Amino acid sequence: MEAIRRFTADFGLPRLLITVFLLMLFTTAPLVGVNLPSSLSDVLIRVGMNGIMVLAMVPMIQSGCGLNFGLSLGVLAGLLGSTISIETGKVGIVGFLVAVLVGQAFGALFGYGYGKLLNRVKGGEMMIATYVGFSSVMAMCIAWVVLPFKSPTMIWGYGGSGLRTTISVEGFWRHILDNFLAFHIGENFKFPTGALLVFLLVALLVWVFFHLKLGTAVTAAGLNPSYAKASGININRMRIISVMMSTMLGALGIVVFQQSFGFIQLYDGPLYMAFPAVAAILIGGASVNKATLVHVLIGTLLYQGILTMTPEVFNAVLKIDMSDVIRVIVSNGMILYALTRTLKVAK
Amino acid sequence: MSSRLRVFFIDNAVAILITLLIICALPVAKLPASFLLQEILMRLGRDTFLVLALLLPIMAGMGLNFGMVLGAMAGQLGLIFISDWGIVGIPGLLLAMIISLPISAVLGWVCGVIMNRAKGREMVTGFILAFFMNGIYMMIVLYAMGSLIPIINPELLLSRGYGIRNVVGLDGVRQAFDNLIPLHVAGLKIPVFSYLFIAAGATLLIWFRNTKLGQDMRAVGQDRAVSASAGIPVERTRILAIMISTILAGIGQIIFLQNLGTINTTSSHEQIGMFSIAALLIGGASVTKASIPNVIIGVILFHMLFLVSPMAGKNLIGSGMLGEYFRQFVSYGVIALALVLYEWKRVTQENAARATLRGGGAA
Repeated sequence: MEAIRRFTADFGLPRLLITVFLLMLFTTAPLVGVNLPSSLSDVLIRVGMNGIMVLAMVPMIQSGCGLNFGLSLGVLAGLLGSTISIETGKVGIVGFLVAVLVGQAFGALFGYGYGKLLNRVKGGEMMIATYVGFSSVMAMCIAWVVLPFKSPTMIWGYGGSGLRTTISVEGFWRHILDNFLAFHIGENFKFPTGALLVFLLVALLVWVFFHLKLGTAVTAAGLNPSYAKASGININRMRIISVMMSTMLGALGIVVFQQSFGFIQLYDGPLYMAFPAVAAILIGGASVNKATLVHVLIGTLLYQGILTMTPEVFNAVLKIDMSDVIRVIVSNGMILYALTRTLKVAK
Repeated sequence: MSSRLRVFFIDNAVAILITLLIICALPVAKLPASFLLQEILMRLGRDTFLVLALLLPIMAGMGLNFGMVLGAMAGQLGLIFISDWGIVGIPGLLLAMIISLPISAVLGWVCGVIMNRAKGREMVTGFILAFFMNGIYMMIVLYAMGSLIPIINPELLLSRGYGIRNVVGLDGVRQAFDNLIPLHVAGLKIPVFSYLFIAAGATLLIWFRNTKLGQDMRAVGQDRAVSASAGIPVERTRILAIMISTILAGIGQIIFLQNLGTINTTSSHEQIGMFSIAALLIGGASVTKASIPNVIIGVILFHMLFLVSPMAGKNLIGSGMLGEYFRQFVSYGVIALALVLYEWKRVTQENAARATLRGGGAA
């Protein structure tokens, strides 16, 4: 009994409820006529799509900057990467790599500035990150209209100015990772090998980083700033490194997202992109000051599982689509839980 | 003296910047003065009460109350009910307020309790709580209304038989407050009663600041530990500050919507927190200090920007959308800037305090 209570305390009641809810969805799904193999395949594809953006939460949580509600900065860097890549006209893997590399360059640049700013406002990062993210998205809205892009696939035809709100990557690098080494089991199940491999590879790189000297220093700066400082660690530098990493992962994440989704979403598309990633890592078991790769993996699976399964099961059983409302309540409820809990732990 | 001037500029950086912006954009926008004046008069009546709702939590040291959206939801529920029952005019609005009152009181209490568990990060908590409650609100309005909660008027319902339509027209109560005391000066319509209502709210707030509870709030805002040792129930005082703020936001939303004349069931409340907070900050308030003049100046400047920037964008570059993006950029940016200035000041002060402990030398 004590063991069970300890487990629920560690695991957290909301997390337990979400897991049970997802299991219920999976068990009822076949009974109500939902095609389980295709749903499972959807879940895996979505994990590949979103995983890296969830991963982007880890560095900043570890360095004590909290939840990166300003992930949209990284997303903007990635959007610049993919639009510039399409502008160059490169297709296939080359085009994809150009998008990734240009995105990384912008990510590093944005991340550096963003990190500098966050260093000045220690303790108030999360709210500032949110609004820095929001206002950057709006500033980039102006840029999407004004920037001198020429590629006819991207600009408005008939007298409009600037880029379209959604740009298809069909014919450029759509599904380039999803289809890499992908295999089918049965009729409806597709395993997106490439995307998952890239996700795991990037996760491995992050894992390795946090076991190197530099990565340990970043974690130390987050765990106990005064102690880290006394051991000769430059805290501000560690925090900037973590913010840059987070932003660059966000940039990579959105490009991977686009190749699977098939479209580049500009203008206010990135406005709320940080929130699902934040919710996912928290559902996985992370808190405002501690996150591991296990949290990322579990969280992405659970969150994307719920996102995929709720509409299908609810539509089949109740004939109503409440999935949007459930998503809003679950993800924000989880963030709220994390925000109110940590202070008690940290005293 | 020069340092004093510097402090003045830093404290009012946002307000000064926005004023300069508007002054630059005004000649470009080429809006007729009478139109501009009429719009500002109208919008003062529409928004001021909502912004007033933000004052108490700032005084109690809880920062900008992003959770005021909860009150707005309660106000909208009240309006949906009176539209359903077909109660029109002033009685309708008053009834809507009475309905919203207990709802926003409960929501405010919940908000206060949650914020007490997240001391030091009230703002981000309120911000997320608003999203969370929006989910619950949607569940009530889109799924429970018309199925579990009886709705008499079928015209309010979606064609599927339950759930409220996206747009609810408030024909019965449209501008009932604004038109109660009709007054036209030089061709401009002045919503006298709305102004009186706002004035009453402001007077009440001024009076409240000097009551025992108001003083307690100010003390809690200054220093929680000292207040607690002086026997002030800190947590209770904080909850009360948020409850009153939420109730005022509910009433404010009803005033706001009676002026607009329609409710966007799923979105009218969402932007309210952002708009009101941006307005207050543009008026020269900070995270720790806000006054009634800040509210009024803020509403005027914010709406000037609102009116002028799309037109200026259109005339300058030929795209109204650009001006609109710019305005949104400014609204978000102002909040970001105010938060940065506040945290920056706090961090600098903390470092300075630590330096004096170390022996007075500047770190």
